[in-house]
Amino acid sequence: MRKIDRIIKRHKKKGALVPLLQDVMAEYGYLPQRTIERISQELDIPLSQVYSLATFYKSFSLTPRGKYLISVCLGTACHVRGAPRIVEKLERDLGIRAGETTKDSKFTLETVNCLGACALGPLVVIDGKYFGRINLSRLDEVLKDYLK
Amino acid sequence: MVRLTIDNKKIKVEEGTTLLETAQKLNIEIPTLCHHQALKPYGACRVCLVEVIKGSRLGLVASCTYPAEEGLVARTETERVKRARRLSIELLLARCPTSEKVREVALELGVKKVRFKEEKEECILCGLCVRVCEEAIAKSAISFINRGADREVTTPFKIGSLACIGCGACVYLCPTGAIKIEDVRKCRRLDFWNTKLELKKCKVCGKHFVPLVELDYLKDRIKSFEEMELPEEALEVCPKCRKRILSEKAGEFIFGEKYP
Ligand code: SF4
Ligand code: FES
Ligand code: FES
Repeated sequence: MRKIDRIIKRHKKKGALVPLLQDVMAEYGYLPQRTIERISQELDIPLSQVYSLATFYKSFSLTPRGKYLISVCLGTACHVRGAPRIVEKLERDLGIRAGETTKDSKFTLETVNCLGACALGPLVVIDGKYFGRINLSRLDEVLKDYLK
Repeated sequence: MVRLTIDNKKIKVEEGTTLLETAQKLNIEIPTLCHHQALKPYGACRVCLVEVIKGSRLGLVASCTYPAEEGLVARTETERVKRARRLSIELLLARCPTSEKVREVALELGVKKVRFKEEKEECILCGLCVRVCEEAIAKSAISFINRGADREVTTPFKIGSLACIGCGACVYLCPTGAIKIEDVRKCRRLDFWNTKLELKKCKVCGKHFVPLVELDYLKDRIKSFEEMELPEEALEVCPKCRKRILSEKAGEFIFGEKYP
């Protein structure tokens, strides 16, 4: 049985869409169109409604994400502590805009609004790891590890 | 039943009735943009705001979604209500300055100038199209996507819809005229939905007149042609020819074979 079959089977009975899409995200890193269409058929939910949900949450992506997801917090606290400059630097260094993925599929850059750890701001999360009180030179250091 | 008061008029209504419906029963006019009596209320446009007084608390609520409650007192004509409605319509007008319907309501509410930056959006996100497609047609071909400032209505993946039957119900209800529908030779086009549908040819005059998928849908919905004394071919003939044939038949019936 293919992975996607198993994921769908697991959620089919309850018909809960959000956990299903979360599992697909975890497995494939994004929500492929084919998969969304298939989910709509198997769960007998109009395609438009699955698509609506898939575009509603920031943690869902319709395009493939890079190996490492870099999230920069742009919430108020992080913002006033210089987060915009962090974003700018990352955009320059990686050659992509926020919301995009590098050509080599290594990094996806996104901005989020408050991660709930304002005291640590400005805050960057790379591949699930939190880097608090980050500044431009520390960012260079941190990035080095991932650029290897 | 619950008893409530709107603009000092007392009334008793069925539980679950909205304030808007209650006001309508009292012949009190409330402007609306996103409401349709046949569809579930949605509360998107905020031009139907009224003031409700519960105990000592005062609040502005959308009358199209707010249910009548026992003892509730509502007012629809206070300064505060007028100001709030004006702000709602001013924002919508800034978004869609060219929409007839929005301008009409703005005029009614006395809004002539817009203080906000004008945009050239076509859609006010009232959701009438989404609701009619889901609730009345049962096709759900379209939906809201994204959220916040990026919210819009569209088809899945923004490509031609496989669910759309081209019935035009959304076109009919849209207050801004954002959705256009057009028959170009063998094809019905709904460009707003990126959708094109093949049309069926009229058996008599040869004109293309109904999307094949809509025809299937209708055949499906009309359970028993016999019961309705309708020949199944009735749907294969365009409305114009159908009318002519019917009147000819009526003529024969009344005046005998030789008519005309
Ligand atoms: S397209 Fe028209 S009916 Fe649909 S949400 Fe926009 S304004 Fe409303
Ligand atoms: S503002 Fe960044 S964590 Fe709260
Ligand atoms: S009619 Fe009530 S919010 Fe639009």
